[in-house]
Amino acid sequence: MIITTITRALKRWVQAVQEFTFLLVDSLRYGFTRPRYLVDTLMQMDVIGFGSLPIVLLIGFFTGGVLALQTYRTLTTFGEVGLMGEVVALTLVLELGPVLTALMMAGRNSTGIASEIGSMVVSEQVDAMRALGTDPLRKLVIPRLFATVVTLPLLTILADFCGMAGGYLVSYFTVRLTTEEYWTSAYQSLTFQDVTQGLLKPFIFAILISLVGCYQGLHTTGGTEGVGRATTQAMVVASVLIVVVDFFITKFLIAIGFY
Amino acid sequence: MVNSEPGRGLTIHYSLFTISLTPNPEPLIPNPVSRVPSPESCMSAVPAIELRNVSLSFESKRVLTNVSFVLGAGETLILLGETGSGKSVLLKLMLGLLKPDGGQVLIEGQDLVPLSEARLQPLRQRMGIVFQEGALFDSLSVFDNVAYRLREEHLGDEAAIERRVREVLRFVEMEPAIEKMPSELSGGMRRRVAIARTIVSNPSIMLYDSPTGGLDPVTSFTINVLIAKLRDMQHVTSVVVTQRLQDAYELANYVFSAEKQTLVPLPQGSPATSRPPTRFLMLRDGGVYFDGSEQEFVHSPDPYLRKYLA
Repeated sequence: MIITTITRALKRWVQAVQEFTFLLVDSLRYGFTRPRYLVDTLMQMDVIGFGSLPIVLLIGFFTGGVLALQTYRTLTTFGEVGLMGEVVALTLVLELGPVLTALMMAGRNSTGIASEIGSMVVSEQVDAMRALGTDPLRKLVIPRLFATVVTLPLLTILADFCGMAGGYLVSYFTVRLTTEEYWTSAYQSLTFQDVTQGLLKPFIFAILISLVGCYQGLHTTGGTEGVGRATTQAMVVASVLIVVVDFFITKFLIAIGFY
Repeated sequence: MVNSEPGRGLTIHYSLFTISLTPNPEPLIPNPVSRVPSPESCMSAVPAIELRNVSLSFESKRVLTNVSFVLGAGETLILLGETGSGKSVLLKLMLGLLKPDGGQVLIEGQDLVPLSEARLQPLRQRMGIVFQEGALFDSLSVFDNVAYRLREEHLGDEAAIERRVREVLRFVEMEPAIEKMPSELSGGMRRRVAIARTIVSNPSIMLYDSPTGGLDPVTSFTINVLIAKLRDMQHVTSVVVTQRLQDAYELANYVFSAEKQTLVPLPQGSPATSRPPTRFLMLRDGGVYFDGSEQEFVHSPDPYLRKYLA
């Protein structure tokens, strides 16, 4: 009985991985072929990207601020308060900026995508779409994928900048660092590799966020209750994947000497 | 109008559509007097829909077992059965929205089981489905819902599309609601808009999934009038899933009168050839339990059918 349950669960998991991989491959394969839904893509950019702007900027700003407050104690111990800009900039650009922005996007957009597409599935709108000659992959998935891939790196850059601004305000008013000290330290610490790494991660996170939402939405079963379940699953899976994939990207980049 | 040769129906429908996009369009919903082909012309050697030993399971649950039937062009199939007997699944199989585990699904002679999603599209253009709740796109207005297929297939400019959309909305008596959103419509209005969205590209086969489910008798009647109107004016092959026997009897024994714009009963003792070609098919436990005419269905001594009819 227990073995059967475990086997069934494993089969379901393997099947989910397989289907997710197909979704990813097909999205990339058909993403650049006709018919293209440019208007839908632009609308999704507005919803996913512009709509997430306030929350992402707010989170970025306060993350930078609290980072400065917390590192101040440690840096004081070593008498290296002048490195505040460097610590805040590196931490934000390499890790906190991409990961926190992606988590915010997962919370806001992966769930939004899953619930929207899930509702369409349970109300048979996706079947109707197919019956009317439209491929849901092209109409629903690819516009959301492209919109997230374009907007998440841009949002991450803005979140990084707001974080550094937050760190600067704390450093200026609390630590009494000068503007030049903070920004020179921050600017000089960032290398080409750091910035590249900081922009590579959101690109991959964007694929995960959008496709997890689409996958969960398209596989919704069980009416409105199923939509709720798909939404929760999208949030959980996307968040876990972001953190796990972040670790492996970092590990990989360090292994190939890209730092 | 309905062509039995695989691949030709599409061309004919598109040529009809082209006519409607000219400055003085011939109405696409044809004039009942001048455009009605004889029922004999609709009957052809190649069936509109044929299922051969179709079986389907969802995980370990068997949904359909060796379902077979043949439906000629212009015929109407009334699909009956208890809830969960696989009626809606059968409709989705006919459109290729689901693939069977075994068997063949032939639409106008072409098996759609081995076809990819892209190659299914030309077949789907000849078919239309009205889902249980209408399945209108929530984010689009009535106009945009009905125009959806025309825009997707780039059939004509916006002015031509608007003319065509108004034409089909007039056909289902929903033109005044053209600017409304689906959330502003009642259940019956949603079904009528769904029918309009489906017939906008002149399909030769219409599938209806419980089109009157959850509607009051008056609204149900208006939906049946529309189904019969399409059947009698355009000789569209129809598959109607229903739980209401009254709908089945109405469709089997009434015809659409263009003069009165409603259903009228067939005269007593009218010959079988003048009756709308209607078949009854009942599913039970995933298999075909009954397949025959209305008279055979009504007079069957089978205890289960008697209980169903009671």
